[in-house]
Amino acid sequence: MADLVTTPNLPRTDDFYAALLAAHEGLSEAEMHDLNARLILVLANHIGDLDVLTQALAVAGGQRATTDPTKT
Amino acid sequence: MVKDRYSLAFRLYPYERVAEQDADSVVRHPVVIVGGGPIGMALALDLGKRGIPALVLDDHEGIGKGSRAICFAKRTLEICDRLGCGQAMVDKGVVWNLGRVFKDTEEIYSFNLLPEEGHLRPAFINLQQPYFERFLVEEIRAAQAAGAPIEIRGRNRVTAIDRQADHTRLEIDTPDGPYAIEADWLVATDGANSPIREMMGLGFEGRIFEDNFLIADIRMEADFPTERRFWFDPPFNRGETALMHKQPDDVWRLDFQLGWNIDRRAELDEEKVKTRVRGMIGDDIPFELVWTSIYTFRCCTMADYVHGRVIFAGDSAHQVSPFGARGANGGIQDIDNLGWKLALVLQGRAPESLIDTYHTERKHGALENIKNSSRSADFLTPRSPAHKLFREAVLTLAADHAFARPMVNSGRLSVPCTYDGSPLNTEDGLPGGPERTRPGSPCPDAPVGESFLLSHLNGEFILLGLNAEIPNKVEVPGVRAIGMTLPAEGLLADRYLGDAPSAVYLIRPDQHVAARWPAYDAAAAQAALKRAAGLE
Repeated sequence: MADLVTTPNLPRTDDFYAALLAAHEGLSEAEMHDLNARLILVLANHIGDLDVLTQALAVAGGQRATTDPTKT
Repeated sequence: MVKDRYSLAFRLYPYERVAEQDADSVVRHPVVIVGGGPIGMALALDLGKRGIPALVLDDHEGIGKGSRAICFAKRTLEICDRLGCGQAMVDKGVVWNLGRVFKDTEEIYSFNLLPEEGHLRPAFINLQQPYFERFLVEEIRAAQAAGAPIEIRGRNRVTAIDRQADHTRLEIDTPDGPYAIEADWLVATDGANSPIREMMGLGFEGRIFEDNFLIADIRMEADFPTERRFWFDPPFNRGETALMHKQPDDVWRLDFQLGWNIDRRAELDEEKVKTRVRGMIGDDIPFELVWTSIYTFRCCTMADYVHGRVIFAGDSAHQVSPFGARGANGGIQDIDNLGWKLALVLQGRAPESLIDTYHTERKHGALENIKNSSRSADFLTPRSPAHKLFREAVLTLAADHAFARPMVNSGRLSVPCTYDGSPLNTEDGLPGGPERTRPGSPCPDAPVGESFLLSHLNGEFILLGLNAEIPNKVEVPGVRAIGMTLPAEGLLADRYLGDAPSAVYLIRPDQHVAARWPAYDAAAAQAALKRAAGLE
């Protein structure tokens, strides 16, 4: 079973964060929800692994990742 | 008095007084099937062809009006082939392969059901349920003429049952007044609102979906192609879904989602229905309404399908949403599973505990059907803002991006269940064997010369040798398997050998794989046969 990566893994983190905010610029709350829902589906397909996605759902829902060495 | 609850499409078994109604003592029957719908009739046919007397009691004199179930899956046709009436169904039915899905007016994707090569039967046919039932009854008549011990008693309504350890007494009302019979085994195929289930006070647990759908079956001569069209949020049914599907006799199934809070009577008003129909097909095509109905649905199952000598099959045991055509198709798989087991037990060749595996295997199948049809219903009838949000996201992405199309769920169409983990299976002994023919699987069809494999699997235990020497039969006390060797080439080899050079399969009377090995071993084959017949 593949493990969800919960340690820093994204180069140019600030650039991604800025791009994420820019994509939401000027959107109504409903439009933001729509955008994020589509984004989740696009990313989920890219990840393509139900085990990883199940762990991601748990982490997003507030659970600690069991594989994160900094949190044990 | 036995009053009608519905009007008939075909009056096939008018009430006739039988000698038992005047008898001083109560007559005992081996199997009494309560409810002469498609599932009950198919079971009677299966049992009768096995030489087991089967008595069907139905509270009407024929088949009810209304198209109702219209999609019959390949596995159902294969089972009906074994029962003798598959060809009549395919001849009358409409074969379809293309499904198109629209959002608003735009097509967002299409799917082709074209099954892989080398199957006798198509993935699906559309056929009005009354025809499906009529072909079963006609086959029963033919079987009766050939000596099969099947009896259908019309306008016989069961009013009470009294369960004993080894039989059930049934009180029956008829136009000539009441009488009673006894049944060694009672099979309740009396539908989703099963009166037998009610009489026994048994639960039917599950989810009710808060939605209504209007069915309008219309007759029109139009050159719409033979395909399934499904709409999300079309202009003619804003915010809801709609479906269009062809049936025989120039009849089309139109299905409109209506939402939860509706006025049923107003929605069934003929003019209102016709306005909806014109919205979908346009103003220019003349049509007539054949049948209209509003349905709601639930996904429910009984906890146990076997209660001593009373067995539940079809909708009486489990009910699903219509999306995916898993109701009647699932029910036919129930009786495919039950028929041979009941026959072995009644012939004293297998212990009564074999019947418990009917519950184990078919509950497994029912839960799979409920899971799939609940997910379709969740997609079609979003219950929360989050459901709506993600559905909208899927539909928006699907138009431009292939990855989102498999997420669109307008019904996951019925496929037969694999009985993984069944106590009747013997552990897979064929290294390199295909996943799809592992023990528990329904045998996939494949060409064998000019014929097809499934036509050779005729309701007995079969020992199939592929590039392997096998004896002409394997016997254990009570049960035997007939040996059969076939040339393992082409698609048959692909589907049954995979990477293995040779194989021996033990196949159950319902065409499910019980065991497989690379070569014949007498002790292993006998052990697997005993296991598959519930003898250990």
